[in-house]
Amino acid sequence: MPLIRCPWCGDRDEVEFRYGGQAHVAYPSDPAALTDAEWADFLFVRDNPKGPWRERWFHTAGCRRWFNAVRDTATHRFVATYRLDEEPPELPT
Amino acid sequence: MTARRVDGWGRIDRSTHLPFTYDGGAFEGHAGDTLASALLANGVDVVAPSPIEGRPRGVFSAGIEEPNAFVELSAPWFEPIVPATMVDLVRGLAAHGRPGVGRLPLEPPATRPTDHRHTHVETLVVGGGGAGLAAAAEAASRGDRVLVAHDRAWWGGALPDEQAETVAADLVAVDDVTMLPSTTALGVYDDGYVVLHERAINADRIWHVRARRVVLATGALERPIAFADGDRPGVMLAGAVRVYLERFGVLCGERAVVLTTNHWAYATARALRDAGAEVVAIADVAPGGPAGEAARADGFEVLQGWSVARVEGGRRVEAAVLVSPDGAERRLDADVVAVSGGWNPNTHLYRGIGGGLRYDAAIASWVPDGDAPPWLEVVGTATGDGLPTSVPYAYTPAADLTRHYVDLQRDRTVADVLASVETGLRSVEHVKRRTYIGTAIDQGRTSGPLTAAIVNDALGEAFGAQGPTNARPPAVPVSFAALAGRERGALLDPVRTTPIHPWHLEHGAVFENVGQWKRPWFFPRDGEDTEAAVLRECRAVREAAGMLDASTLGKIDVAGPDAATFLDRMYTNRMSTLAVGGIRYGLMLGLDGMVMDDGVAMRLADDRFLVTTTTGGAATVLDRFEEWLQTEWPDLRVYCTSVTEQWATVAVGGPRARDVVAAAGCDVDLSAEALPFMAWRDGSIAGVTARVARVSFTGELSYELHVDGRHGAHVWEAVMAAGERFGITPYGTEAMHVLRAEKGYVIVGQDTDGTVTPDDLGMSWIVRKDDSDFVGRRSLARPDTVRIDRKQLVGLLPVDGSVLLPEGGQVVATEVVGAPPVPMLGHVTSSYRSAALERTFALAMLQAGRSRVGSTVYVALADAAVPCDVVAPVFWDPEDRRRDG
Repeated sequence: MPLIRCPWCGDRDEVEFRYGGQAHVAYPSDPAALTDAEWADFLFVRDNPKGPWRERWFHTAGCRRWFNAVRDTATHRFVATYRLDEEPPELPT
Repeated sequence: MTARRVDGWGRIDRSTHLPFTYDGGAFEGHAGDTLASALLANGVDVVAPSPIEGRPRGVFSAGIEEPNAFVELSAPWFEPIVPATMVDLVRGLAAHGRPGVGRLPLEPPATRPTDHRHTHVETLVVGGGGAGLAAAAEAASRGDRVLVAHDRAWWGGALPDEQAETVAADLVAVDDVTMLPSTTALGVYDDGYVVLHERAINADRIWHVRARRVVLATGALERPIAFADGDRPGVMLAGAVRVYLERFGVLCGERAVVLTTNHWAYATARALRDAGAEVVAIADVAPGGPAGEAARADGFEVLQGWSVARVEGGRRVEAAVLVSPDGAERRLDADVVAVSGGWNPNTHLYRGIGGGLRYDAAIASWVPDGDAPPWLEVVGTATGDGLPTSVPYAYTPAADLTRHYVDLQRDRTVADVLASVETGLRSVEHVKRRTYIGTAIDQGRTSGPLTAAIVNDALGEAFGAQGPTNARPPAVPVSFAALAGRERGALLDPVRTTPIHPWHLEHGAVFENVGQWKRPWFFPRDGEDTEAAVLRECRAVREAAGMLDASTLGKIDVAGPDAATFLDRMYTNRMSTLAVGGIRYGLMLGLDGMVMDDGVAMRLADDRFLVTTTTGGAATVLDRFEEWLQTEWPDLRVYCTSVTEQWATVAVGGPRARDVVAAAGCDVDLSAEALPFMAWRDGSIAGVTARVARVSFTGELSYELHVDGRHGAHVWEAVMAAGERFGITPYGTEAMHVLRAEKGYVIVGQDTDGTVTPDDLGMSWIVRKDDSDFVGRRSLARPDTVRIDRKQLVGLLPVDGSVLLPEGGQVVATEVVGAPPVPMLGHVTSSYRSAALERTFALAMLQAGRSRVGSTVYVALADAAVPCDVVAPVFWDPEDRRRDG
């Protein structure tokens, strides 16, 4: 069970958190203006890379705050975590 | 001859006598014995039959690698199956041999108290041999908090080690150092998380350790060599033979043959001779070497290049037949054959966390190298350092390999491995899966390296070209009882009860679990069955008055200047237009437009709402509110607080509800004019502050009395007492379900399943028509959600009003169900007997259901198709004439 570094609480056991899928997928400002295909793309389609990517986590059993993380999907290593109002770090290459 | 205890040997307390039983016979051992050493000392050759072929099997090793000597313990506690080599002997132990497969008794057995502990340390050392203790001492000297887990009851390696015992004794005295003997690491996981299993006399304990640094000092394991009938009792690992002598004072035989690939087994030969046994020959498969020369100089008969072809004997070895490089045989009387095919670092835990390996040809074994996490360190012989050089030698060649046992616990032979390769398998992993080698309780600790070498050899590839097979946690078997710890029975899951729960218990409620809540299902009176009780409760609500403990409803306080704006975005209808004092029903959708929860919102102030959720949906809805507020609308000033347990809620419903609530001493004007449907007023009832709300889930005149949780039981009892003369009847969730279904009110999660839109439920009226957005709105215009053949909520009335449809029953179009695939029109979601309708009825999700109203469909059961009329899903008071009383 990995440790996840909550930006507010520090390193905590993974069981305290809930996974929240890909990060930086903003809710469209005017969903009604989107075509069916564009809406379906927002609703159903997410990236699925092998390697580092940005994703959301929720510290359910802790401070109950959402934050973002860079995690390597191939190694399951957390590269970084950052607050929602912080600039996302560069992805390691 | 068999094994016996010899004087002057061993590091156990021979003055302490421990009686025990094995397979019903009475025996005695000593403090410091394992069950295996005590059995050997008592001359028990055969511990258990082999699991598949029933061959006699005895103690083969002295540790966790044991593939033969499995026992069930029945006293002082129960263990379904453990290797005798890992059982520390205690007074009164009762064991039975088991053929490699455990069994569970019919009655719950006596177990040790089980418990879980969590701890954090800077350094965790796995393995309390010399290398592990040295690492622990070094860490302790730095001031680390240190935990040492050692899978044996003694400190030091398998052989007695006075220096290690001294180091351990010093460490025990250090603060911040925890020494855990008889404790096995089950797995090493990410970021220094390690799970240990402590087998103490008074506790069966799982440790969850988070360590900054993990040191694996897990030592080495000896490889066997396969030859014909090499599974006979008396054939043992050479290192184990020495351990039984030097640690336990048990001489495993009087006439020994030693078969080896390496110089370590010579020490076994010397110890045996020193203890009085005759070493009739040392067969060393290597063509020559200094160890052999030295032994020959000391008078041993050393046969270089020889091996053991087979042994003779049934329940015990009687002779060994040795074979020379050119095929000449020599038969020697012997009662023990000590075998060493070389040594492997014990890398199970290391590999389990993804540690890499390198093949070291010098010791003919894989050793740790690369890919380990930075916090993990391997020390001692677990690295391969110091292990004896050895040729790779898995088995003695022979024409017939069908009794060359490789995996003793799976009764698998060299012939089985070769047959797998013959069929075309090229991977050790595939051979493992075809033969099951390495999949038994011992996890292939002795058979795995052999199998890899045999496969390498059969494929003509270099030793180490592939293998070993993957290792995964748990490294050793662990009982579910230990893993469960205290989380069983009443402590399996938290139980939530309402403040009124004691009254329900006193009055004989039958409960149902709703999430973690215990809710009264119904309140049977003398002699009533479920059906009779529910019909009576329903009748009471329709004809007089009933009361329901609705305290489990999820309640969320939504406060802040933007609370109304926020709720407008979360619900399909507008909450911002609700006046203070008003209540509005709302549906919440997922982004995909599907109904995910429902409830009512009470506007408490311009900037404050109390939102209710379904009993099971409270946590999900709060999570969802917080997610949107934090991730999408951080500009909204809204605060959400769960207040579910702060409020007790008593729902009073029925034609006499107003009389009942008034009689209970309520100072709120309860008239329909002063307190209309879907409004709330603050006041008091039975002397305590209350919020009285006109909400109805039954269709009858209803008042929800919200009071401080502490006053829940008081108000409940006051309403009961006041309502007696009006026929007040407590009712449970089953009657509540029936009553709401008669009105066609859906239960999210029962009538819906995450694929249902508001329109599918016939609830388009609750979806606002203006341009403003709410969560899920865009999805309601997707091509799939506007299909006209979607399943829609309808009512079903079985033509025979006595037939109760099963919930989940499939709806088909024809009375005669054709050959599969039968077109399915939908399914029954709710089905009950109705007291008010004096018949059965059901709700169903039916394809294009609203267009089928007036037609007949069939619900397919195992033996018949039940004809049903499709009707609108409101069976009772469709004009809502009753809700104002």
